[in-house]
Amino acid sequence: MGVRLEVKDLACRRSGRLIFSGLSFALTQGEALVVTGRNGAGKSTLLALLAGRLQPETGTVRAEGIGEATLAERLHWVGHRDALKSALTAEENLAFAQHLLGEPALGPRDALEAVGLAHAAPLPVAYLSAGQRRRVALARLLVARRPLWLLDEPTSALDKASQATLLRLMNEHLAGGGLLIAATHQALGIDGAREVRIERTPSPRERGEGWGEGEPQDGARSESPPHPVAPDGALDLSPRAGRGDGRA
Amino acid sequence: MRPFLALVARDLRLAARIGGSGVLGLVFFLMIVTLVPFALGPDLNLLARIGPAILWLAAVLSTLIGLDRLFQGDEEDGSLDLLRAAPAPLEVIVLAKVVAHWITTGLPLALAAPLFGLLVALTPQAMGAMVATLIVGTPALTFIGAIGAALTAALRRGGLILAILVLPLMIPTLIFGVSAANAAMGGTVPFATPFLILAAISLMTAVVGTVASAAALRWSE
Repeated sequence: MGVRLEVKDLACRRSGRLIFSGLSFALTQGEALVVTGRNGAGKSTLLALLAGRLQPETGTVRAEGIGEATLAERLHWVGHRDALKSALTAEENLAFAQHLLGEPALGPRDALEAVGLAHAAPLPVAYLSAGQRRRVALARLLVARRPLWLLDEPTSALDKASQATLLRLMNEHLAGGGLLIAATHQALGIDGAREVRIERTPSPRERGEGWGEGEPQDGARSESPPHPVAPDGALDLSPRAGRGDGRA
Repeated sequence: MRPFLALVARDLRLAARIGGSGVLGLVFFLMIVTLVPFALGPDLNLLARIGPAILWLAAVLSTLIGLDRLFQGDEEDGSLDLLRAAPAPLEVIVLAKVVAHWITTGLPLALAAPLFGLLVALTPQAMGAMVATLIVGTPALTFIGAIGAALTAALRRGGLILAILVLPLMIPTLIFGVSAANAAMGGTVPFATPFLILAAISLMTAVVGTVASAAALRWSE
């Protein structure tokens, strides 16, 4: 059974401010989607929406092939905050995640070894550096089997070698029929990844029109970098090399 | 069921490793119970008569210690997002957190009650009643507190607001807890009457508190 994720005409409003609108894409197994955009454009917000943490203003997130489960129960989310307990060791943190999430894959020690942190297993996470903590959080992807990975700036704080390891893990996940959505500023180097760019919708006040309900958005603000803008201006979905054929 | 057990085990392990609110609550409990005799003077009969009320009042105030951290710690480090991804409803997650919190804060209070009862000249019979009423009644306090903790999870200094929110809701528990303990020391009311109402309050808050806390956590963003 293939897992398929379909997002249609998604819009999100937080504290009354429209973050983005008109976002649509579809993702089937083995496909990766890279979400780009300026700081504050709403990349993390999109991931939070998909994870079920926020409710969309309009639009739908539909997932096929996950049976009775909700989408939130079928995904991994590695966000800005690493969700690690400082007082517990790296191994205990991963063992807890494995028991909590179910569907065990690699054991905690094997997962740590896969991210090159086997020696840190018995250390409390409080003693680890930012990059090491990040790697422990990424090792969580390996302890439980979940078809969809949501990664928020996965490469932040990682050195070159760890970035290569991450790329290998992501490619293995995709080769195994997984789905992946990553919000990032850096090129991750995933073959055939498609890209969706979120342009922050300027608020009426920023456009000097006073407060009002979501007007038609005119997309990029003057100082934003030049790039193709879709007619509704909210996003630009452009296929990159390889598989991406812009079917969204 | 497995996510529930995993979370209870993690929270107990965290509590054991950090120490924190369990021990602090116990010390606070001792402080209040110790201060009262100083304020009232050495009238043993008076102390014995109002002893259960003092212990219950101290227990109510001590449960507030550490309650603000119930969901805040998980909210801050992102663990709450991980817990949301568990194959279990948020209600089960909340229930696990509250159960673990009660084991580390409520249960020690109930077990330490006879010891602290000595300070207010309780009879052995009254000490037994105190333990029984606190074991049955403190879950209600924790469940009610969980609602406030969930509402203030995202606030940086939610402790005081939390106390103001939940203390009024704890009044019924306090009334029936004290009257059950007093009934055990003699009087016209049989012990079972207020005691069963206390048990009923605990069971009701277990349902209402769990559902309300989960709703508050869902709504917080």
